[in-house]
Amino acid sequence: MRYEAPDSVEGAVALLSAATGEVRVLAGGTDLLVQMRADVVDPELIVDIKKIAETRAVSEEKGGWRIGAAVTGAELKEHARLKKAWPGVVEAANLIGSTQVQGRATLGGNLCNGSPAADSVPALIAAGAVATLAGPQGRRDLPVEDVMLGPRKLALRKGEIVVSFLLPPRAPRSSDAYLRFIPRTEMDIAVVGAGVSLTLDGSGTISAARVSLGAVAARVLLVAEAAQAVIGSRLDEAAQRRLEAAARAVCRPIDDKRGTIEFRTDVAAVLTRRAALIALDRARTS
Amino acid sequence: MAKHHIETVVNGDAVEFLCETEETLLDVLRDTLNLTGSKEGCASGDCGACSVTLDGRLVCSCLVLGCEVAGRRIETIEGLAKGEKLHPLQQKFLEHAALQCGICTPGFLVASKALLERSPDPSEHEIRFWLAGNLCRCTGYDKIVSAVKDAAATLRKG
Repeated sequence: MRYEAPDSVEGAVALLSAATGEVRVLAGGTDLLVQMRADVVDPELIVDIKKIAETRAVSEEKGGWRIGAAVTGAELKEHARLKKAWPGVVEAANLIGSTQVQGRATLGGNLCNGSPAADSVPALIAAGAVATLAGPQGRRDLPVEDVMLGPRKLALRKGEIVVSFLLPPRAPRSSDAYLRFIPRTEMDIAVVGAGVSLTLDGSGTISAARVSLGAVAARVLLVAEAAQAVIGSRLDEAAQRRLEAAARAVCRPIDDKRGTIEFRTDVAAVLTRRAALIALDRARTS
Repeated sequence: MAKHHIETVVNGDAVEFLCETEETLLDVLRDTLNLTGSKEGCASGDCGACSVTLDGRLVCSCLVLGCEVAGRRIETIEGLAKGEKLHPLQQKFLEHAALQCGICTPGFLVASKALLERSPDPSEHEIRFWLAGNLCRCTGYDKIVSAVKDAAATLRKG
């Protein structure tokens, strides 16, 4: 098994493009090393992207924020200004695993692991985040909701890596929130996850919204109907009921020991409503 | 292929070792460097028994490859005591009987030290959340939390 740690995007892309056997990109390794240990994967080549400066940086760009694919959850938590602009994205990333896992786990890894239950992905989708990919044909931007196609299936082409994410500029009176359900208080995988981002106009009415649900379908969903259900409202009781109905309608979850279809569908509605109320409260005071 | 030749710093000492790609930092610490204080519990990042710091950041050494640590700074449980003098956390774990079988203890100590470096006066809530990735099947955690609080008080007095 070969290990390479190139210091440029071009170097990483060249290695991945030239590889003939199974390859894996290493960011935080919190999924990859477990999968290697369990013999789920046995790559011929591991390309560690953490020596590439772009993957490790958080910076303001065009009024928004660019976050490197290999920035860790712990680093996001310590970034006060990013946390103020996008509290939902940061709280979602910080729900992944323990303090120890936070020291390694990354947004790029969470997305590219290809799990529908990834905690940071609904928050990124609700935020309207765009992933910047680099490959043999150059760079391209893809909305996060279009990166994952299904469990372990990504829209990445051969030789492509996720370099960073761009969170868009934030209008005044905007905020976001992420909630998940797990059977315990810490250290578990989402049974349902809900991300909501809202913008209010000067009168406190919702003028823009994005809603995303995780772990209720084969991929993390952007739920346009749920956003439409609250735009133009102040999230009064009637709007909350419409939001819950829209969230419920989109669920196509699996039925397993961690949650039945009925349970996941109910919880999706409840979490979407609660996340929206938190985002609303944050937007009013932002 | 040839093994990786890695130069790094462990507990303040310059160290070099050879490793295969698939060897974890925990494998290297225990099997190559004979630093067997870090324990392997789950080997999947769930139990925290292998906790170390990497450039000051708390991580599970079972989730780090040996070849990733070139040029980094690693602190393990072996770096806690200064010769015969125990670190206040170690002393308080003994006084509070915060261990029974002891397998989880090195991980708890390393994780607690990382907490107190960031937060010298943590609340019980903060301690319990910070240590959620360290599993103990003996103590029921209360004695560990008490020991960490007491060690924090000792360290604050200097």
